[in-house]
Amino acid sequence: MDVKEAITQAHHNEWARVVAALTRRFSDLGIAEESAAEAFATAVERWPADGVPPNPGAWLTTTATRKAIDRIRRENKRDDKQKEAQMVYDDDPPEPLGAIDDDRLRLVFTCCHPALAMEARLALTLRMVGGLTVPEIARAFLVAESAMGQRITRAKAKIKAARIPYRVPSAEDLPTRVTGVLTVLFLVFNEGYLATGPDTDPVRHDLTAEAIRLTRLIRALLPNDGEVAGLLALMLLIEARRLARVSAGGELVALDEQDRGAWDVELIAEGHRLVRERLAAGVAPGRYQILAAINAVHTSARDIRDTDWSQVVALYDQLVRLDPSPVVALNRAIAVAELGGPEVALAAVDRLDGALAGYHAYHATRADLLRRLGLSQQSRAAYDKAIDLAGNTAETAYLTRRRDQLQ
Amino acid sequence: MQYLVSVFDDKSNPGSTDRLPAIGEFNKRLIAEGYWVFGGGLADTDAATVIDNRSEQAVFSDGPFVESKEYLAGVWVWEAPDLDVALKLAAEASKVCDRKIEVRPFQ
Repeated sequence: MDVKEAITQAHHNEWARVVAALTRRFSDLGIAEESAAEAFATAVERWPADGVPPNPGAWLTTTATRKAIDRIRRENKRDDKQKEAQMVYDDDPPEPLGAIDDDRLRLVFTCCHPALAMEARLALTLRMVGGLTVPEIARAFLVAESAMGQRITRAKAKIKAARIPYRVPSAEDLPTRVTGVLTVLFLVFNEGYLATGPDTDPVRHDLTAEAIRLTRLIRALLPNDGEVAGLLALMLLIEARRLARVSAGGELVALDEQDRGAWDVELIAEGHRLVRERLAAGVAPGRYQILAAINAVHTSARDIRDTDWSQVVALYDQLVRLDPSPVVALNRAIAVAELGGPEVALAAVDRLDGALAGYHAYHATRADLLRRLGLSQQSRAAYDKAIDLAGNTAETAYLTRRRDQLQ
Repeated sequence: MQYLVSVFDDKSNPGSTDRLPAIGEFNKRLIAEGYWVFGGGLADTDAATVIDNRSEQAVFSDGPFVESKEYLAGVWVWEAPDLDVALKLAAEASKVCDRKIEVRPFQ
């Protein structure tokens, strides 16, 4: 492994650990972030000449800690007492957390705190836990670099001013807070999976990969949480189809037209393993576990005709009981179409008109069902609406072709 | 850490008016558990006066500083170790008062 690779790998493996350790020691996310960045810059300078240290993580933490102390000393000259207090201030003695006592976990919960705006949570998590740079995050969300920098700075300032704690929430609050973290990770993944905006790639592999990496980290930290396992399985089973999902011409390829030989068998095997593990646990599944199970059914079929649609509909029935939202009902109707025919499905879809009239997938689903029923004119009108509302370039291309193929 | 906890009411959709006994009980708990610094309900915004003495002479004007549908109905100051503790209490306070609550740290 060459030095450049060693640095990239250390960045992947150690960034969050370094930021987390420093945040605990200095109680300041800003100092932790800047010092970690300095330590990695020092590694880039020194490792090519001095060689990669035997324990890169320890080297980086030590270097970052020295940088932080230097920084605090410099600032001390301006503002003595407060900074001095900050240097010695340590969080309450760590609570007996057992297996989940990890600094990185505290960091994740702080970055995904419900008192921060959702967009700030996304940005902060990618910066502090994911180690992405501000320009990278700005690009990911199509925001100007200065605006993204401000968003992160403001979030850090709020954490400090309002004293958002740096700890794993109490057992009582843990389930809702974990749900909040998973929401952030799934949003990052979805933005990668179905990227919005006219000038972006239709699939942003950098974002899906980052979301999977962070979810793996959460899974390592909370191995017994069913929804964490469910979300990881869901992401893996979607990611497995990535290469088959967009054609060479940049058009979205629907599930029924995908080349299943292009699916990633290793990711599918891992996703299936996780789904089986959750089934064996015998605990009532949450929404991510059910979605993962649905994707497991799809990825088990070698051909679209082998899909066990009754199993898919049964899983959607289970999901509807947990989450009776119109989007879930829409997805259930798509499965119903395969089992009971397009007419039954269309009746179910039409009932969602009030709630989903502004959602591109609603019109795309209607368009497809109307097409299968031979109602070309109505189908065309529905495709037009779907194309108007779709934000993803590959999806627009797909819908346009489908519309233009109508008789 | 001290937090200003503001209770907001809405003129077009006011919270229920029978909350005083429940708020009294809640206050007792805040005191017993060491969070209480200060608190009280406010008179109607019609009773407010705005003073501006930045120029030569003090100018007094009748009414609240900002006329709006939503207005400050009461305040607390709580001492809490961190925002999570304050937010948990504030969630209870919102139920007890049947009104929206804002939590804002002092500098």
